[in-house]
Amino acid sequence: MTTATDYETVIGLEVHAQLLTRSKMFCGCPTAFGGAPNSQTCPVCQGMPGVLPVINRRAIEFAIRSALALHCTINAGCRFARKHYFYPDMPKNFQISQYEEPLAVEGRLEVAADGTPRRIGIQRLHMEEDVGKLIHEGTLETARASLVDFNRSGIPLMEIVSKPDVRSPEEAAAYLRALRAILLYLGVCDGNMEEGSFRCDANISLRPRGAPDYGVKVEIKNMNSFKNVQRALEFEARRQAKALAAGERIVQETRLWEADKGYTLSMRSKEYAHDYRYFPEPDLVPLKVEQRWVDQLRTTLPELPVARRQRFVSQYGLPAHAAELLTQSRALADYYEAAVREYPKPKIVSNWVLSELLRELPGDDEAAIARCPIPPRNLARLLALIDDGTISGKIAKDVFEKMYRSGEDAETIVKREGLVQVADAGALAAVVDQVLAGNPPAVEDWKKGKKQSLGFLVGQVMKATQGKANPAIVNQILLERLPKQS
Amino acid sequence: MAQAKITQAEVEHVARLARLDLSEPEKERMRSQLDAILTYIDKLRQLNTEGVEATPHAIPMVNVMREDEVRPCLPAGEMLANAPEREGDFFRVPKIIEE
Amino acid sequence: MPTISELGARYRSGEATPTRVVETYFQRIETLDPQVRAYVTLTRESALARAEAAEKRLKAGNPRGPLDGVPLAIKDVICTKGVRTTCSSKILENFVPPYDATVMMRLSAAGAVMLGKTNMDEFAMGSSTENSAFFPTRNPWDLARVPGGSSGGSAAAVAAGLAAGALGSDTGGSIRQPAAFCGTVGVKPTYGRVSRYGLVAFASSLDQIGPFAADVRGAALLLQAIAGHDPLDSTSTDVPVPDYTAALGGGIQGLRVGIPSEYFTEGMDPEVEKAVSTAIEVLKSLGAKTEKVSLPTTNYALAAYYLIAPAEASSNLARYDGVKYGYRAPGGKDLIQMYGRTRAEGFGPEVKRRIMLGTYALSAGYYEAYYGKAQRVRTLVRRDFQQAFERVDVLACPTAPNVAFKLGEKEDPLQMYLCDVFTIPVNLAGLPGLSLPCGFTQSGLPIGLQLIGKPFDESTLLSAAYAFEQATPWHARAPALQ
Ligand SMILES: [Mg+2]
Ligand SMILES: [Zn+2]
Repeated sequence: MTTATDYETVIGLEVHAQLLTRSKMFCGCPTAFGGAPNSQTCPVCQGMPGVLPVINRRAIEFAIRSALALHCTINAGCRFARKHYFYPDMPKNFQISQYEEPLAVEGRLEVAADGTPRRIGIQRLHMEEDVGKLIHEGTLETARASLVDFNRSGIPLMEIVSKPDVRSPEEAAAYLRALRAILLYLGVCDGNMEEGSFRCDANISLRPRGAPDYGVKVEIKNMNSFKNVQRALEFEARRQAKALAAGERIVQETRLWEADKGYTLSMRSKEYAHDYRYFPEPDLVPLKVEQRWVDQLRTTLPELPVARRQRFVSQYGLPAHAAELLTQSRALADYYEAAVREYPKPKIVSNWVLSELLRELPGDDEAAIARCPIPPRNLARLLALIDDGTISGKIAKDVFEKMYRSGEDAETIVKREGLVQVADAGALAAVVDQVLAGNPPAVEDWKKGKKQSLGFLVGQVMKATQGKANPAIVNQILLERLPKQS
Repeated sequence: MAQAKITQAEVEHVARLARLDLSEPEKERMRSQLDAILTYIDKLRQLNTEGVEATPHAIPMVNVMREDEVRPCLPAGEMLANAPEREGDFFRVPKIIEE
Repeated sequence: MPTISELGARYRSGEATPTRVVETYFQRIETLDPQVRAYVTLTRESALARAEAAEKRLKAGNPRGPLDGVPLAIKDVICTKGVRTTCSSKILENFVPPYDATVMMRLSAAGAVMLGKTNMDEFAMGSSTENSAFFPTRNPWDLARVPGGSSGGSAAAVAAGLAAGALGSDTGGSIRQPAAFCGTVGVKPTYGRVSRYGLVAFASSLDQIGPFAADVRGAALLLQAIAGHDPLDSTSTDVPVPDYTAALGGGIQGLRVGIPSEYFTEGMDPEVEKAVSTAIEVLKSLGAKTEKVSLPTTNYALAAYYLIAPAEASSNLARYDGVKYGYRAPGGKDLIQMYGRTRAEGFGPEVKRRIMLGTYALSAGYYEAYYGKAQRVRTLVRRDFQQAFERVDVLACPTAPNVAFKLGEKEDPLQMYLCDVFTIPVNLAGLPGLSLPCGFTQSGLPIGLQLIGKPFDESTLLSAAYAFEQATPWHARAPALQ
């Protein structure tokens, strides 16, 4: 990064994760994604006169489990507060959130952007409600009017705020990947950044290396993929470095990342006007989080990504990198282990999952794995067919593709397409003789001591058998039949 | 006469926070009325509340929650029936400008 | 007009039928309401339909209970499905809720018949019903005077015999003070006793729905129907609801009645003081033991209330912005203009004043000095009552320092606020309070006695009030209206 020499980049990340509850945070409306406009609302989530909120217990439990996974201190008492500002996607013109008494504080997350693990502090984790969706006629700037859909209004959000411990755009992306993986493992969020169920804002500032105080920070919004987060922060770091180098002053503001244009754009700073007038939500009583409840939830925590990665290395002898990739999502790791149970050669399974399977799959998330046409058992059976010599490794790759397209198992395809490897020496001998008869020059070369012509002849035999011949046996027969080398 | 509890500028700032367009005469009337009320309220200063906790709720209760169950929504038609302006099943609002 | 219990008896004996009774009420409304102006909306059709249904049940000998076929008036701050609910505000003038408040569901289940929605101070902010965006309501005892507020329409409707009973809401005295001004019984239940779901919020931590009736038994019957836990209101408690009428008639022998000295201030109307003192003698004569108690924070309660209530109101009323429902000002060229004009044109002066005061009290730099301080004072107010209730069972005092005043008499907002000086502390502490007639002035205006009880001890309030009512003639008087 251009700043690396004279400036240190300081980044803090604020993540909003939609929780996978069935119903909304404060009412019984469904949280399902993509219904017709305003088809998933009720008086409560549309903030009608007279309505009252009631807390969704599962949302709180999801948040407590997340807080535990992030090693947070869970506050014994927490309460909701109203955060006020006028915006048409927020039906009450206040958001029920948490302020002075959040659910949890002081956690941490280990990330290893460049191999060496660093500990990023979590400042706070709190609950709030999502707002509706705005559709602008044209862009926000040019629109004459905007349309409001409240289906998303009231969906439970968990806000996770990091400390300003992140030191590079790469590390920011790594932090988000690690956090997303944990939430996926916990099954509390689907982690879909495009659909906005896992959103990230960033605060970034520069300071001369070794300087004690932070520089003026700029908030970056509208980054809807890990790649975009990294690109946006790289751009912003360069922009600020240039400005500072030119002796300019950085303005505290909010900037939007324009992914297609590749730069951040200032949204006329409204920060000065912000006075959220928080006060305790009088329609909700406080939460008293008893230790018993926390302990009971602790027992429901699954093995988390870091632990699982380490186990993959020690138990299966996988290289760290492979273990990392295989444990990105819980579903993929489960798939891998299911396959290994059926075909106990961990390294081979790892190679096939990481190269062949991930090449075909749209992603590594639960949804992608759930829709995978090749169940782990079928992958295991395919690999077994290579071992018992039924098919060659090369054929196996074709069979794998066919399995992925058709969903059929390996045996069916191999049988129907007659791909069974020919290992019968008698049958192969005949083919070898034809090949030798048809290629006198190669035989001559061999006599003269050209070893490569052996490889050529094997290739000819394989060709003649459409790759079904067992290369080892072909080799052996050729050596028997070829004239002595002079 | 003690100095004013609330200034014209503060009235204007608060009116903007509350999204109330006040006319000039309204602003001055508002300022003097708020000033009188705040002067009355000032008597609270006489009361020592050192170490007294706040009472945000009239009765002490904790942990009121509902189970995560889906209940039927209201049809969009009913939810939009009161809309001042709509487009299809959306609410329609004038051009949004950041303040 | 018959009381609620008398109506029930006549229905069961067959000497009266719901349809005829409901018709009679609408005839009275036609002739008298143009003078009183208690109603903002009448629901004749649905009322007659409900009356017929009740009549069938009564004929079949299986009425739903003591309220089956009983005609009621509902304050227009309570959401009624399919019936416009305006809060007497221009900003909600045409708002038709798609849902019923919990209390409405319970009244329907009990077979009660809603005659219409009653006038109020806009968003329940006021003590005279002059702050209605539509028209002021008149006091049935003197049409030149106010009925009190904010539930003035409901109080006047019951006093004028335009409904057998009514519901109101009480945030700082809005049931008890109009009950006193109109000579009816009014109950503000313990916070959490009655569901607030569907009550358009003014100050969420203070609001409660409660009944008006011509006598104590009627108020008890209405409270019975609406009280109880509601899963839709996180602040409603599951404390069991006792049989309120069963407690009536038990007498008050040995009841310990506290007289808070701070509630007898020099500023108050001497006729009020005299009537209340006499009333306390009556309680003694009925076997009550009275003693003086002190509630030292009383003098500060009003000031604390005028920070807490406006702060919560400024938040609750933020949703009225011309986007989802209600009034939208024409011609706003962008969103901010539309917001500012809609709210400026849609809200009346008192509502704007409270929104401004509340926004100010919550704004950066002032929160601790104002809102925070007020919440601590609130704690002291609660402690005062807790200490008093270690020695007594109920407190007896005036409901208001004055009687019904003339329309337009109280120009200055602060003077209006002082009308609630005796009722506000009860809301801050979340306690139950009741007002019932305890006499009349020379000029024939009703005077109210306020009884304040321990949390969820409405029964004691009701039985004490009933004993007093049986021993005095006041409830029998009715205003002379033609
Ligand atoms: Mg947030
Ligand atoms: Zn809803």
